[in-house]
Amino acid sequence: MNLKDKKVVLHDMSLRDGMHAKRHQISLEQMVDIATGLDDAGMPLIEVTHGDGLGGTSVNYGFPAHSDEEYLGAVIPKMKNAKVSALLLPGIGTVDHLRMAKDLGVSTIRVATHCTEADVSEQHIGLAAKLEMDTVGFLMMAHMASPEKILEQAKLMESYGANCIYCTDSAGYMLPDEVTEKIALLRAELNPNTEIGFHGHHNMGMAIANSLAAVDAGAVRVDGSVAGLGAGAGNTPLEVFVAVLDRMQADHGIDLYKIMDVAEDRVVPMMDQPIRVDRDALTLGYAGVYSSFLLFAKRAEAKYGIQARDLLVELGRRGTVGGQEDMIEDLALTMAQQRANQTNNV
Amino acid sequence: MSKKLKAAIIGPGNIGTDLLIKMFRSEWIEPVWMVGIDPTSDGLKRAEEMGLKTTSEGVDGLLPHVIEDDIRVAFDATSAYVHAENSRKLNELGVIMVDLTPAAIGPYCVPPVNLKQHAKELEMNVNMVTCGGQATIPMVAAVSQVQDVEYGEIIATVSSRSAGPGTRKNIDEFTRTTAGAVEKVGGADKGKAIIIINPAEPPLIMRDTVHCLTKDTPDEAAITESVHNMVKEVQKYVPGYRLVNGPVFDGNRVSVFLEVEGLGDYLPKYAGNLDIMTAAGLRTAEMFAEEAANGSITLPERG
Repeated sequence: MNLKDKKVVLHDMSLRDGMHAKRHQISLEQMVDIATGLDDAGMPLIEVTHGDGLGGTSVNYGFPAHSDEEYLGAVIPKMKNAKVSALLLPGIGTVDHLRMAKDLGVSTIRVATHCTEADVSEQHIGLAAKLEMDTVGFLMMAHMASPEKILEQAKLMESYGANCIYCTDSAGYMLPDEVTEKIALLRAELNPNTEIGFHGHHNMGMAIANSLAAVDAGAVRVDGSVAGLGAGAGNTPLEVFVAVLDRMQADHGIDLYKIMDVAEDRVVPMMDQPIRVDRDALTLGYAGVYSSFLLFAKRAEAKYGIQARDLLVELGRRGTVGGQEDMIEDLALTMAQQRANQTNNV
Repeated sequence: MSKKLKAAIIGPGNIGTDLLIKMFRSEWIEPVWMVGIDPTSDGLKRAEEMGLKTTSEGVDGLLPHVIEDDIRVAFDATSAYVHAENSRKLNELGVIMVDLTPAAIGPYCVPPVNLKQHAKELEMNVNMVTCGGQATIPMVAAVSQVQDVEYGEIIATVSSRSAGPGTRKNIDEFTRTTAGAVEKVGGADKGKAIIIINPAEPPLIMRDTVHCLTKDTPDEAAITESVHNMVKEVQKYVPGYRLVNGPVFDGNRVSVFLEVEGLGDYLPKYAGNLDIMTAAGLRTAEMFAEEAANGSITLPERG
């Protein structure tokens, strides 16, 4: 693979996807500390939002330590060069949240839908484009649809006004060939001015390999997370990816030692648990389940005595999609009840 | 004189047709007119075959016949954009409007919670909130009738096939309207609504989760009883409304997990989200008819 001089725009997720791994409890000081470190290391884009996007604050996904307004208001004024993005999932957040983010200085809005339901994003993508924001269409759980379906949905988002389309491996399920196929088709068929992006999770240990495949197939933007801080087994660890890109002489613009230090000195010390491919995170990737289900499944295991792995496999079998966190406790209750019935019948 | 109120349905799409089939079974409402805007639409043809009078000229095509055919109630299954005009024109002629769009000009109506009150006050326009609202607000109310609910949150998951283009194009209407009704009708101090669209095949039956945060420690026995009673109330007009799990108590959190299977009249059974809207709309009109028949309200006078 030859990526020499290839331009790669990295986008840090530690302060948004990483919110899942921190149960949305990152403090304002930690946010500012990590964001300023990333800014200094040359990170061009940093996402700051509740893990489930603007308006994600809820019983279902978790109440954060601070509101989106507070996080964005604390981080954005401290940025020297980095731009700040916010995530928005239609059905959870609304255009009111989008306007709030714009007013606070967010430059990039990423509107995320399940990979087959892009038409719920029309009003949000339309407004962001009208406000002349950098507008990204973010197709989640992209392993659940064919390349042709992903392209069809990407074209919808493009027609609403998105200037960048992401193929998002929310479950960390994809292998490099699948990434290549999907990204290459998007690159071949979308408007040449539309940028392509890839967002990976490390649940099968493939995040770096998949990100390289994406760049090779035509993606310019690549999401990752410093120290991998993200849902499931985390996102593509950015300090590792930068080192790999460096060796391949790709054009990434990041200071390797500085980002290594942000990972080691600022992010790792605040982790609640090591971000690694444990058996439950591996099950997410193996069964194709939304990565942020991980901690919910572990909590359900602790409360109802049903193994997280069994819950996740069943959720995968049922075809659950991003945002259906409520099904985890529901399923655990049902499985616990079935188990009790079986015991009584013996 | 028949006790039945004569009705018009505006919008011969999936919702309008399902409503029509339910209406043929009603003891209180008699469908007379189906109103559309496209003379070639399948929905209008279907209605005509079922014996209804039809017009393809919108509400204006119906207006000259309202008095002569004694139309007393109309169901608007079109869109929020045209509802206000439809409602104004028909209200002027003394027709009660049941609004199945997200326009919400009139007060929100969730039958087991506040329909009686609307009927007694002869509200001339009532809004049926949203599918997620119809499925979940009875549960929020079941808890808030026992004790103060500081926060009510609902998550509605519907199958991709049952989410129409109107819902998709304006999904923010769903979250806003539903959250507002969780407060105003459900009785929560603050409301939050989330909608998830799931494309699994075969399509999944509508699922709803309701989380309430009570101000004080929840009275588990009283809330459990209230929830079970409320489920029975909803089952009177939506037999496929089922409590799957709960109420579950965790500190001040009360959670209820529901499934809504439709009757499969015109819409498939998995589309419980659409069925609960048509069933609630019809139930609403029936209550007005019952109250008029027993003399507790007097319908607008007609010469």
